[in-house]
Parts: sequence; C-alpha cells; structure tokens
Amino acid sequence: MSVRKTELAIVGAGPAGICAALEAASHGVKTTVIDRGEELGGQLIKQTHKFFGWHKKSAGTRGILIAKKLSEDVRNSENITVLNSTEALGYYDDGTLLVETPQGIDRVIGDRMIVATGASERMILFPGNDLPGVYGAGAVQTLMNAHGVRPGQSVLMIGSGNIGLIVSYQLLQAGVRVEAVVEAMPTIGGYAVHASKIRRLGVPILTRHTIKEAYGKDQVEGAIIWELDDSWNGIPGTEKDLKVDVICLAVGLSPLAELLWQCGAEMAYIPELGGFVPLYDENMETTRKGVFVAGDVAGIEEASTAMAAGRLAGLSAARSLGKVPDDEYAKLKAEILAELEGLRSGPASAKIRSGLAKMREMLQAVQAKELAGGEPRPQGVRGERDCAGSNSEEAVGA
Amino acid sequence: MNTLLTTGVPSAQDIAGVTPPDERRKRGPYATIECFQPIPCDPCHHSCRFGAIQEFEDINDIPKIDWSKCTGCAVCVAACPGLAIFVVDETYGEEECLIAIPYEFVPLPEKGQPVRLTDRAGIVVGDGTVQRVVSGRKPAGTSVVWVSAPKRLATVVRGFIPRKED
Repeated sequence: MSVRKTELAIVGAGPAGICAALEAASHGVKTTVIDRGEELGGQLIKQTHKFFGWHKKSAGTRGILIAKKLSEDVRNSENITVLNSTEALGYYDDGTLLVETPQGIDRVIGDRMIVATGASERMILFPGNDLPGVYGAGAVQTLMNAHGVRPGQSVLMIGSGNIGLIVSYQLLQAGVRVEAVVEAMPTIGGYAVHASKIRRLGVPILTRHTIKEAYGKDQVEGAIIWELDDSWNGIPGTEKDLKVDVICLAVGLSPLAELLWQCGAEMAYIPELGGFVPLYDENMETTRKGVFVAGDVAGIEEASTAMAAGRLAGLSAARSLGKVPDDEYAKLKAEILAELEGLRSGPASAKIRSGLAKMREMLQAVQAKELAGGEPRPQGVRGERDCAGSNSEEAVGA
Repeated sequence: MNTLLTTGVPSAQDIAGVTPPDERRKRGPYATIECFQPIPCDPCHHSCRFGAIQEFEDINDIPKIDWSKCTGCAVCVAACPGLAIFVVDETYGEEECLIAIPYEFVPLPEKGQPVRLTDRAGIVVGDGTVQRVVSGRKPAGTSVVWVSAPKRLATVVRGFIPRKED
C-alpha cells in the first residue's frame, strides 16, 4: 500500500469538489481529487437542462457542458492529481484517508481536506417499493443521460421538487411517457418554470397526492395513487390506478456525511439543510481544523451554490496553507460571499436561509463553550459518534 | 388559490400581467415572459440587444420588459433557462397569429409541418403549421419554433405536438 502525500485532499469531484480544486490549484496548492466516478463532474454529467443563476457565471449553460469545461480545466492544471474510480473508505485520526483505487487500497495524506461528497437519495415506504421498476431519480438520469438507456415506457414521478420536475422533462425528451407527478405537499416544491414546462407537455402535477402502493408480479405493472387529507392520511375513494412500468422517486436528498462523522467534526441535525450536516464557519471550515466542506454534504442546495461554495472552500484551504495573501483573500472571499448571498436571497431559498442561520447559531454556541474553558477539540480527536471502520490502526496496516 | 403553485398552470391574472396592452399587440411581435416566481436567474436581460428586458437590481427579480423597445426577435426565447418566454405576433395575418415556442425535442419539426396546438396545460386547442425553425446554438442551445395559429388563440397556445404529414 502506497502513501500519497498532498497539500490538499478533496473527496468528491462534483461541482463543489472540482471548483474547490481549481480554486486551490490556481493559488499553487498541490491538490489531489478523489472521486468514485469514472468521469469528473458528479451529478453534472447527467444534467442536460440549462442552469439558472448569473449570466456571467454559468447560467443558461447545460450541466453536461459545465462538467466538460470544468474537467478540461482540471486536466489542464498541473497542480491537480485526479484519482477517479476511487472511493474514500474512511478517515483516520492521523489524517489518513483510506481509499480504494482500481489497483487496490491506498493511503492519501493531505495537509488539508475538503469534503465535497454530496448527497444520497431518500426512499419512501409503500407496499411494492421493492419491485423492479422502482428507481431513484438519480438512477433514471444516469441510465438515460449517461448511458442512453430508457428506464421503461411509462413513469409515475413521486415528488415535485426541482429534481422530480427536471427528470420528468428529461424522460419526455427521451420519448418516455410521464403519467403524473404526485406531490404530498399542498404546493409544488420546485421552480414554477420547471413545473409549467412539463405541464405544457401535458403532464398532470397532483399536489396533496401520494403513492398508496405499487403492484406487479415480477416487476412494476402499475401504481395506485391517492389524495391526502390535512393530516397527511390517504382519503379512501380517491384512489387512481396508473398503468406504469416505472416509479421514480424524487423525494429528497440526505447529505453523505460519513467522513465528517469520522473526522470528529461537530454535526447537527438541521432539517432545512437536509438532515445531519457539519457546523462550518464563513471560510467553509468545520470544527475540525483543516477540514473544509462544500456542496450538498454541507446542506442540500443547487449546483450553482455548490460551485460558489466550492471555490470558497478551495480558497480558504489555500489561505490556511499560506498561499493567499490576506488582502487578496479578503477580496476574493467577499466576491464569493456576495454571489452566494444573491443565489440564496430569493423566496425559493427561505428554507436554506433559516437552516444556515440555525447552523451558525449552533456553531457560535460550540465556539463559546470552547472559549469558556470547555473541552477544546484538539486535532486528532474523534467526535462522540463512533463509526465502524474508523477505529483501528491494525486495519490500516493489514 | 395560486394555480401556478398547485398545478403548474399560471392563472388568468398571471397571464394578464405579462400581456402587453391592446394597442401594442396590434403593432407587431412582442415577447411575453411567463416567469412569475422570483428565482436567481438573469440571462434574459443579457440576451436582449435592444435593452427591452430591464437590468436586474437583484438576481431574484422577476424580469420586466419594456414593450416599446421589444422587436419580437425571440433571442430571449432561446436564452431563457426556464423556457418561459414566448413571442407572439398578432399582426401576422388576417386570421392567424404567429407564436415562437422554445423547443428541446428531436427531431426538430420542419417548415410547413402541421401541428396540434396545445395550451398551458398541454390540452389540444386547435391546429397550426410550423412557419419557421431556428435551430439552437451549437452545441446544445434551445431551438425556437414559430407556429401559425388562429388569432383568437394568441394568448392561449404555448406548445404544439408535431403531426405526421399525410
């Protein structure tokens, strides 16, 4: 097993991780990016829709083209080493990141680390949810947009957040029928323009509706949906039978924060940010010094914010390595913070703002406790939660 | 009840707010921006070479259009990431109007192709014909398809289903 030493290790090469790498590398930081995918770009490589945001940034550009551009920039940077098809297995007290490359197990030791691991899809409970034909929206996107395979003929989409709406549109583009989008909430979760776009194409969006059950012998042959009352109970008599062979779940994402638990970063459950997230400061640094975060792992948001937050994490890591003069840092940081504030200032981001405010409060409470002579959090000490796979030096040597 | 957020279909009131006054409608093609919810997005402003779509103070502003400057060129139709802008020309003919619709499906329809016209809920409301197709910019821009439609449907038609010529 070899040891790869690097100034900055970044886990995850989605929009946040790549932007972090490019930013850090631009300040001369030797950076190693670890990603389990074959291609760089994370979810961007299947996002065929045009992005919102600033014209001067990447608004109006499709995710797939952003991924292409960012990957090229990474390849052209002599400061970035990419370990693709490589999974980060665990983080150890001495700062070792254990990774599984196609050639075997390796160790990566970074002076700093950025965790940009993204999120995983949520599942919901209903009879028949284990039938073949029940997919996560991400899987449907991968099949269609990365591999050119249709998931089926006719789809019921569960969830009207942006992912549910966008994937419905992409299914229609691929020539797949979308019978309906059901949404348990009283209003559509995603952007109205996305909803109007698929509504114009004849897809009904049924709010206050959910799936009652999926049926089929060897695979999904149909789904029963029904209306919900004010207490979220199904209303008998409102059932509708939809003949579909695919049920696509777009019911939210959870941050993929295992590495952060292992690092001992202070974590908090903040529903507005998608679940357990790390507490981090204005520089994107967690309570574990030298460990930064960006993207969905720090709170579920859009790719545009992930890219900006990634740049900020990369910049901060570079500065903590002494590579960025204070005045330049202040200037660049202010620019990125203004961009983030703009992206988050609309009514559609109210939940994110309230989640971030909660997170900052919790962070201040932790910092105040430390200042008041509470237990400091020295480097190399894990958090309270013990994680399987992170507890033995023997495992590393084995 | 805000139908936009419960069904995806904007209300009559929403539509009235983005339709120019009658006198402007009689003067020539105009853009109508069916973007009713503040989201962080500004490419429409930057796409307009006539300065008809006002500059955003806040990235979340809802676009505002000055119809006296709008020429109906439809560059914004292809630029809008939300596919929410249309151009309507009610001076196109005696009986017919022309509507520019953003289109991201293959194959692209051809000029002269008959189509079923659909409304904002995807319901077929009449028949029309493709009059002009402007392919999206390479490598992956949005195409714009101009269809002729009965004049009375100028504020109703916002989509189409291509029909096989036979």
